[in-house]
Amino acid sequence: MKFLVFIEQREGKIRKASLEALSLASKLGGAPAAAVLPGKGVAALASGLGKHGAGVVYVADQDDLALYSAKGYVGALDAAAKKESPDAVLIAATSMGKDIAPRFAARNGVSVLADVMELRVENGRLVGWRPVYSGKARAEVDCGNAPLQVATTRPNVFPAQSSDAAEPRVESLDLGAIAPRARVVKVETSASKELDVSEADIIVSGGRGIKGPENWTLIRDLQEALGAALGASRAVVDAGWIDHQYQVGQTGKVVSPTLYVACGISGAIQHLAGMGTSKVIVALNKDPEAPIFKVATYGIVGDIFQIVPEVAKAVREAKKE
Amino acid sequence: MNSFVAIAYVPDTETRIKIGADGKSIDESDVKWIVSPYDEYALEEALRIKEAKGAGTVRVAAVGPERAKTGLRECLARGADDAVWIDSGDSRYLDALATARALAAAAREGSYDFLWFGQKGVGYDESLVGPMVAELLDLPHVGNVIKLEVGEGKITAHREIEGAHEIVESTLPVALTAQKGLNEPRYASLKGIMGAKKKTIAEKKLAEMGIPEAAAAGAMVRWRKLELPPPRQACKLIPADDPAAAAKELVRLLREEAKVI
Ligand SMILES: Cc1cc2nc3c(=O)[nH]c(=O)nc-3n(C[C@H](O)[C@H](O)[C@H](O)COP(=O)(O)OP(=O)(O)OC[C@H]3O[C@@H](n4cnc5c(N)ncnc54)[C@H](O)[C@@H]3O)c2cc1C
Ligand SMILES: Nc1ncnc2c1ncn2[C@@H]1O[C@H](COP(=O)(O)O)[C@@H](O)[C@H]1O
Repeated sequence: MKFLVFIEQREGKIRKASLEALSLASKLGGAPAAAVLPGKGVAALASGLGKHGAGVVYVADQDDLALYSAKGYVGALDAAAKKESPDAVLIAATSMGKDIAPRFAARNGVSVLADVMELRVENGRLVGWRPVYSGKARAEVDCGNAPLQVATTRPNVFPAQSSDAAEPRVESLDLGAIAPRARVVKVETSASKELDVSEADIIVSGGRGIKGPENWTLIRDLQEALGAALGASRAVVDAGWIDHQYQVGQTGKVVSPTLYVACGISGAIQHLAGMGTSKVIVALNKDPEAPIFKVATYGIVGDIFQIVPEVAKAVREAKKE
Repeated sequence: MNSFVAIAYVPDTETRIKIGADGKSIDESDVKWIVSPYDEYALEEALRIKEAKGAGTVRVAAVGPERAKTGLRECLARGADDAVWIDSGDSRYLDALATARALAAAAREGSYDFLWFGQKGVGYDESLVGPMVAELLDLPHVGNVIKLEVGEGKITAHREIEGAHEIVESTLPVALTAQKGLNEPRYASLKGIMGAKKKTIAEKKLAEMGIPEAAAAGAMVRWRKLELPPPRQACKLIPADDPAAAAKELVRLLREEAKVI
């Protein structure tokens, strides 16, 4: 089965989620996969994709791909697909991936297995699992008899593998002038350049239990000790204690980190919708009846103002050993 | 300025999910249905644009079984001018492309500056339909919009991405998908609810829109099985009498048992 994988980079750095998708493609296909890499000044990144499973890399390197546009990036993917004629296309379900996958699929007259958390091949067809109804159920999905199978993969779920492999063959794509009608004119990065929850292996989140915005220092301390990203419940976002970009849940980000630490978060169903698929969940809450304990792997019933600093301390000590 | 707002009518997020007898879909018997929360942001923004310009219409559209009309009626009560219900007939599950084709066909019948969608329809949680409609109609789109400025023949939209905001300029007409933070949706007033009864909901069938029902029913993306998630193992509670000892034990478990730090 022939796979083509979309490789996302921002500012010359390849997204880990794309390497996860590439590793998955080469594993499922049992052979090196094709990859497509659009951007400006990205040609040099192509050779490094070999060790993650790329046999050929289609590079679209031009000035007007410096900033993201659906037109340019979907165009690159589509051009590579025309050359490669893959059976399946994998795209990491990042904000960019979610932006291009539906357009690319519609252009090719097919739909998408969206945000899958498991993927396998059965008789040459993709079969995946994806959470639905806010994680209250999971659906096994396939693409029927679609001539082209497209799937987006949940970041942080599939392993990114690397091996000693031959350098991939590189082919360049010339997309001509792109002139998108919708174009990014500016990217405003938060000054701190913080790790985003959707990309983090470990997340420490705070909820209404922190009592007020002045107490983020408490949560930040543990976050830093663990080298984690910061998350939040909707209650504290709505209260204006923190920006929406930190919100985890049904109306925030959906994440699947290795470790999720919920501090003073009750675990409402809409919050669980965003983090219920985390591998290990730690609940720190003073209410033993809080629903978060129903999904937690480990829990401490107690006052976060006493417990969180001690956990931060214990983490730092353990890391010193 | 005219807007077309696509509304998904979905199970309430609080609803307990039970698996249906076919093992592939939910048991709908006790389900309460709501307008998908992101679509409320989309509708609100469309209404605000119309109010700010003092001209234009806002049309809401839904593809689905008969109950979708209840969702449309709610939107009319909030201030939408009229509605289109596209009867999905026997096809219980349309995939995103089939839904997008139906919406695109409905949108082609009017002339719009804005096509609005939710960032995702809660339930399926796919985030596919909006950009698909844009593609089918050959329109630009901006996804995940949290702020919008409408200029002369163009817009500037702020969209949320990982750890940053992208500022996107687009020509009109444009398709937009609404993210939380865009606005605070209004509630329907009593007057609105009364007025909604007089507004029209046009009814269409997939077949009339050039979408053969059979093809829609045989949607390419299918649910083969629906299951409740495997139960998580019971929580290991660590006694908290001594916070320092509890913290040490937690860290030990995370390192030695779970091996995650
Ligand atoms: C349509 C819809 C969408 C939603 N989307 C989201 C979403 O995306 N994300 C989200 O998070 N929510 C979402 N919600 C809101 C959700 O229902 C809850 O209201 C919210 O998650 C509660 O946040 P919280 O846990 O911080 O606050 P609370 O529910 O108030 O919980 C605070 C917790 O802190 C504990 N606590 C208090 N003080 C201490 C202390 N000193 N030490 C230890 N523990 C303490 C309490 O025991 C309690 O369990 C949504 C709701 C709706 C209706
Ligand atoms: N059946 C439907 N009828 C009308 N609009 C829909 C329907 N399904 C999805 N949409 C629109 O597409 C958005 C994204 O849905 P989805 O791709 O299912 O996550 C929703 O927020 C709606 O605006």
